[in-house]
Amino acid sequence: MNKIPSALELGIRRGGLEIRQFARQRESVVFTLLFPVILLAIFGSVFQNTIAPGVTFSQYFVAGMIASGLVNTGFQTLAITIPMERDVGALKRLRGTPMPASSYFIGKVILIFVSMVIQIILLLGFGVAFFGLDMPTESSKWLTFAWLVLLGSACSTSLGIAFSVVPKSGRGASAVVTPIVIVLQFISGVFFVFTLLPTWMQQIAAVFPLKWLTQGMRSVFLPESFAAQEAAQSWELQKTFVILVIWLAIGLFFSVRKFKWQRT
Amino acid sequence: MKLIEVKGLQKSYGDVHAVRGVDLEIDQGEIFSLLGPNGAGKTTTVEILEGFRTRDAGSVSVLGFDPQTRGRESRMWRNRIGIILQSSSDADDLTVVETINHFSGYYSNPRNVDEVIYSVGLKEKESALVRNLSGGQRRRLDVALGIIGSPELLFLDEPTTGFDPEARRAFWALIQNLRSNGTSILLTTHYLDEAEALADRVAVINKGVIVEVSTPADLGGRATSQAKVQWRDGAETKSEKTDNPTSVVTALSARFNGEVPELVVTRPSLEDIYLEMIGVVDE
Ligand SMILES: Nc1ncnc2c1ncn2[C@@H]1O[C@H](COP(=O)(O)OP(=O)(O)O)[C@@H](O)[C@H]1O
Ligand SMILES: [Mg+2]
Repeated sequence: MNKIPSALELGIRRGGLEIRQFARQRESVVFTLLFPVILLAIFGSVFQNTIAPGVTFSQYFVAGMIASGLVNTGFQTLAITIPMERDVGALKRLRGTPMPASSYFIGKVILIFVSMVIQIILLLGFGVAFFGLDMPTESSKWLTFAWLVLLGSACSTSLGIAFSVVPKSGRGASAVVTPIVIVLQFISGVFFVFTLLPTWMQQIAAVFPLKWLTQGMRSVFLPESFAAQEAAQSWELQKTFVILVIWLAIGLFFSVRKFKWQRT
Repeated sequence: MKLIEVKGLQKSYGDVHAVRGVDLEIDQGEIFSLLGPNGAGKTTTVEILEGFRTRDAGSVSVLGFDPQTRGRESRMWRNRIGIILQSSSDADDLTVVETINHFSGYYSNPRNVDEVIYSVGLKEKESALVRNLSGGQRRRLDVALGIIGSPELLFLDEPTTGFDPEARRAFWALIQNLRSNGTSILLTTHYLDEAEALADRVAVINKGVIVEVSTPADLGGRATSQAKVQWRDGAETKSEKTDNPTSVVTALSARFNGEVPELVVTRPSLEDIYLEMIGVVDE
């Protein structure tokens, strides 16, 4: 008898399968990957003002779009598609095989990460080409960018998997999940300059990861001088790191403990 | 050791007592059928054995393992069983061959993918996307995914519901073929003829209770039940229940001097017996 394949090996194979399936759903590929670009096109054309010396709204907005892309791609996609997979019995079928739960999760992580990277490349390329987006030149900023993307997608993926138990059915999932994401985007400084929001709104936003991700991304894409205009007069990168790690831990805990493989 | 041993199994959903004290023993190498009407508790029982549902009471051993156990041991156990659920409508953007190929990677000793595709009759559909398969083809894919890991034990929950007669025959042949290759099978069905055609032993279940366990031929004491001899005597139709229909007919023949008018000898059909069985518990 041969050995049973390892969880990691199966997870990587599942990742490949998830990507292949995703790539075959043309409409959703186009929508998911180009949506941030479309938003940038709209907002960048409507708001052509500068919000600080040398800082255009497009520049501010790109930071927010990358951050909310992390939330959309991980949290929103998974919290909607996993209940659908559960509804049609796909998860139960998997549960009946020797494939470990962790392989399923690894497959999702790979899918989200790959689609995130493609999304970011498109968004940045488009921004540079059409909206005069300035790319950071210091390597320290790219380092910040890298850990924000990694930690942000991990956090968002784990929270999406954890939240997938909340929608009662696949059909209703979108109605439960989408408003949460949109509200978060409005109060976290994606569509508006964060410091212009009422203080109570800023305080609510500060509980959730998106505000920290957008602020972190601003530290990458806006000049150092802009830090003084943030709510705390600083980019607060350490604090951002800690808060994202806490949310990641919460997401992992509930994903592992509460994941539902079948309708009840 | 028995392949499956169940003692005093109970399961309720709120006030619905779906399974009320089921005992089962299933041997290596047999096709065992759980036969009963809709709502009898077949799926509940089978899904407890598969590890999908928890039980309220009783003991369960499947391949020497308690299906409620989790962890690495459970993975090794799943490597040895195959499950075909009653209903699943997942249809991926993957082809038949991609899907089966992928699932074969989950097991330590998978069967040959091509062989499996061929044996379930999906050869000419192997490059079709799963979402474009018909209901019957989808069911055959379910079977392919259930057997790809060369299971020692296969669970089939109402596999042929919605099949046309020809597809059912083909499906039965496939199941018999699996058994002759050494796979033990637990099959639920609400079709009497399916149990009769496939099963080595049948357990009739009704309202969560096992009414009888026997071979299909002996079900309800059919082999030993009394025959009914019926004939016409003048204007009157007469009948007699007997263990020895041949002597009754011989005696009648002597009395009528040869031909007995409108002679009929019957035994209760399997269907009569089954309907009576699932009606008896009805009160
Ligand atoms: N998940 C469930 N929740 C509530 N009631 C259920 C559930 N599953 C089955 N039942 C009830 O339990 C009884 C047995 O159902 P089931 O095991 O599906 O029978 P069968 O498979 O023989 O048709 C039925 O009355 C059914 O309505
Ligand atoms: Mg059933």
